[in-house]
Amino acid sequence: MEKFFGKSIYQAVAIGKIAFSSKEKQQVRRTKVEDTAAEIERFENAKAEALSQLGALYEKALKEVGEDNAAIFEVHQMMLEDDDFNDGIKSKIETQQVNSEYAVALTGDTMAEMFENMEDEYFKARAADIKDISERLINVLTGNGGLDSLSEPSIIVAEDLAPSETIQLDKSKLLAFVTELGSSNSHTAILARTMNLPALIGVKIDREWNDKTGIVDGYKGLVIIDPDEETLEEYRAIQKSDAEKKELLKTLRGKETVSKSGKKINLYANIGKPADLASVIENDAEGIGLFRSEFLYLGSSDFPTEEEQFAAYKKVAEIMGRRRVIIRTLDLGADKQVDYFNLGHEDNPAMGYRAIRICLDRTDIFKTQLRAILRASAFGNISIMYPMIISVDEVKKIKEIVEGVKAELRAENVKFNEDIEQGIMIETPASVIMSDELAENVDFFSIGTNDLTQYTLAIDRQNSKLDGINDSHHPAVLRSIKKVIENAHKAGIWAGICGELGADTTLTQTFLDYGIDELSVSPSFVLPVRKAVINAD
Amino acid sequence: MTSFNYVITDEVGIHARPAGLLVKAAKAVSSKVVVKSGARSADATKLMAIMGLGVKKGTEVTVEITGENEAADAAVIETFFKENL
Repeated sequence: MEKFFGKSIYQAVAIGKIAFSSKEKQQVRRTKVEDTAAEIERFENAKAEALSQLGALYEKALKEVGEDNAAIFEVHQMMLEDDDFNDGIKSKIETQQVNSEYAVALTGDTMAEMFENMEDEYFKARAADIKDISERLINVLTGNGGLDSLSEPSIIVAEDLAPSETIQLDKSKLLAFVTELGSSNSHTAILARTMNLPALIGVKIDREWNDKTGIVDGYKGLVIIDPDEETLEEYRAIQKSDAEKKELLKTLRGKETVSKSGKKINLYANIGKPADLASVIENDAEGIGLFRSEFLYLGSSDFPTEEEQFAAYKKVAEIMGRRRVIIRTLDLGADKQVDYFNLGHEDNPAMGYRAIRICLDRTDIFKTQLRAILRASAFGNISIMYPMIISVDEVKKIKEIVEGVKAELRAENVKFNEDIEQGIMIETPASVIMSDELAENVDFFSIGTNDLTQYTLAIDRQNSKLDGINDSHHPAVLRSIKKVIENAHKAGIWAGICGELGADTTLTQTFLDYGIDELSVSPSFVLPVRKAVINAD
Repeated sequence: MTSFNYVITDEVGIHARPAGLLVKAAKAVSSKVVVKSGARSADATKLMAIMGLGVKKGTEVTVEITGENEAADAAVIETFFKENL
């Protein structure tokens, strides 16, 4: 039994098998093979396994993100079965007497190169698909299981996880995350909170842990490898009492979120994709205060079409019915990167070309999203929210574009909500300082405390070395929140918080004192926050 | 051999998904199906080769069908092109 410490992201306990995920690019070695027939059979078996993995991914994606987004996995299956690809691999094994891994890597590279040299951008981008299927095959051959090949519920141990990787994870097979890198504000950490999973960061990991039994203790920030029976018993008891506490919170379902002095708070949930709706409903959120639209872009190999976006927004709007759904427009850049945007390397991405800055520059992308949101607004209670605002001028430009899109839709006789609410994220110090004037131009404010803290304190939230001084209770942050709420109310609009701080129940009373109107938190925090509001003055 | 000409109307041309469907359709018939675009040609049962043609919207392709059932197979393949590409 061994213990390792890290920083805890979510307080819960998990017990289970460890799946070590190594995503470093496979170093493929060339080895000489005597029995080429047996080697070809080995390749065929690996191909069958890869096909079945893709089939499972396709089914999962079909349920979660719809047929259009799932199609990529079907295409990968077809590519795997391509005659030229297979013949190339087999002939290399036969004539050069090489191992399957080497034959796959060589054939994959040649085909990827063919696509890379094509003129058309669409076909050029297919090179990534070839690389993807080659890597999948090599992973199967080397027994290095990727994240999507979990066969039983597992504790995921990895050096780091990117947002685009986490979207592929099978929620039902996840027990906990343990990573070496990442900070408590990284998107993987936020994901762990959304899914109520214990997660540790900053743990010195070891690939030897693979397949061993582990315990992740999110209370003490501890991972235990090969626990003895006594320790296992102790943690099973903690899991049991956690489950009982959770049941108790369920008694808060259906209750109104009103403080002792009678202040009603709109208690909403933050979600990242339509599949999160289940936990929104389960935890009795009163609306969606932040629907991050990035999943559509991160989970895709090309720009999502208007129809794909429309289908996703409409689905959420319909399920939520008359309850408010606030869709935040594209917030990519910084730590959320997508290959096909070709955003390029930036030395300081948090202050770089991201979010609304991309949208106001590449208005074609922005308009596609706005059309999809506006069309979906006919099917529920949708509001639009714009991220990273720093000036009134930006808001005016956005509104001009929105008016243009509305006119287009009117001309096409497409139904949408003419009076759709439009609000902004308050997450830059500039927007705090200008909040009096901004309030005159929008319908609501939602304070993004994660970025606001980062920009106000000049502390990079991705830098785990700074976690110690990254104090989101810093008076500068709290004074900013207070000022923003005051300026909102002066202009007659409402103000809420959609950052992590909204779920911090030690501040619930403070926010009520400031006059907060809305709190939007990860679904798992909805009931604890409701309890805090009910118990506050 | 029989053949027909077809102008691609799909927005992104013969992209991955329809190319994959074309492969399935071509494998389902007994004739050999070849797609020609300009000076280049590809066997329609080979996905990467078909995508490698890089056929875009508005391009006219010639499809050649050779085999014992070529007349009937040509009708099947032509219908496929009209419905999917």
